[in-house]
Amino acid sequence: MFRRLPESDTATLRFKIDGRPATGRAGESVAAAMLAAGVVTCRTTPIGGQKRAPYCLMGVCFECLVTIDGIGNRQACLIPLTEGMDIRSQDGARDMAGEPVTEAAP
Amino acid sequence: MKHEADITVIGGGLVGTAIAFGLAQDGARVMMLDEGDIARRASRANFALVWVQAKGIGMPEYATWSKVSADGWAEFAEMLADVSDIDVAFERPGGFMMCLSEAEMEARVRGMKVLQAQPGAPLYPYEILDHAQTKKRMPAIGPDVVGSVYCDLDGHVNSLRLFRALHVAIARLGVSYRPEHAVEAIVPEKDGFRIRGPWGEVATGRVVIAAGLDNARLAPMVGLLAPVVPSKGQIIVTEKAARFLDYPVSTVRQTDEGGVMVGDSQEDLGFDTQVTYPVISLMAQRAVRMFPALAGLNVVRTWSASRVMSPDGFPIYEQSRQFPGAFVATCHSGVTLAAAHALRLAIYIQDGRLPEQMACFSARRLNVPQAA
Repeated sequence: MFRRLPESDTATLRFKIDGRPATGRAGESVAAAMLAAGVVTCRTTPIGGQKRAPYCLMGVCFECLVTIDGIGNRQACLIPLTEGMDIRSQDGARDMAGEPVTEAAP
Repeated sequence: MKHEADITVIGGGLVGTAIAFGLAQDGARVMMLDEGDIARRASRANFALVWVQAKGIGMPEYATWSKVSADGWAEFAEMLADVSDIDVAFERPGGFMMCLSEAEMEARVRGMKVLQAQPGAPLYPYEILDHAQTKKRMPAIGPDVVGSVYCDLDGHVNSLRLFRALHVAIARLGVSYRPEHAVEAIVPEKDGFRIRGPWGEVATGRVVIAAGLDNARLAPMVGLLAPVVPSKGQIIVTEKAARFLDYPVSTVRQTDEGGVMVGDSQEDLGFDTQVTYPVISLMAQRAVRMFPALAGLNVVRTWSASRVMSPDGFPIYEQSRQFPGAFVATCHSGVTLAAAHALRLAIYIQDGRLPEQMACFSARRLNVPQAA
């Protein structure tokens, strides 16, 4: 469905989406890389269990929430892709129990 | 004079809608005059606690009234669901007041003792828990929690759905709801009242003033007094997360849908009111010290509204002596008291008189001359 522009020639980055290996380009957001990798839906809603996918791609709609490196509810459209990222689609509400502990900002 | 309504309720917030719900259930022909969406509506910042513990220091009857309401909440929620088809997610697992220092702990425990030492105060059970005992029931607490007070009478609801359910319910019960109907004047007449605004006027048999902060202006028009003032409160709400808080805390609660609300409760150790950035950061810091996992949750919104505060913090319920048929109802706990407003107060208003045990809520209590 989505294709990269031909002039997109930045470095190739490897990442995983739901355990499957995929590649993207430096400078892309996680959402763009997922869409280019053929991802159709990235999460289900906490209340209704409906499927969701990246939508506004500019940080306002919160539809593209995914789990990145174990932390839930990350906005895929605002986070630049980095080498080796472990991206997982999110089933329902973020589950704090399984996450690494985040330190409170001082 | 031909009346367009038996009873007209002025104000479409939680207090007005709960009373209108009770009146309409009881068969009255009710009209509701409401402002528009620009109304300074305290209901829009309600914290959705159905809370009993620690309330009523200085007025034991208020402690009883809060308990009566909380005890009636399950029935009220069921009635609301029957009419509106909306489940307001009432839960009553009991609630905690978390203490982050020995001094807070002592103040809490002392507060409960003072409360229940008052003649006539309800002697409901509560538990004083240390850190380990608290952690057993709420594993998410952090090391800074010194202890807590737990009371099994406390609970909470879904704040957004409660307001929605009340409005749907009164519409279905035939209440004539008139938005954009700000009231300029209430004029007592021989057999009722004439209510005027820029929109025109209506004639009504009785009138219930439940207009929040506007009660201060409206009540004197019918010989009543409601000297309420705004008391700002702020709320933080986080993104939705899987359930990790099984009980509401007086200042932190996870909603049935997963979002966590952080607010400053009026009863909370005098730490309240001004809308300032330092307050909201302090609220967040205290919440994170109670539950360290909160630090990793994104905040979705913060907002504030004005509580409707009487000089002594207690509700005012009164019928005008000068113009019988005119009532005023005002409080800052529209959620907790919604059940009592619908199941009790509305019936008293329908009957045309507030019973003797409600006399303590008269604003006349505020007319004590200052000591020289």
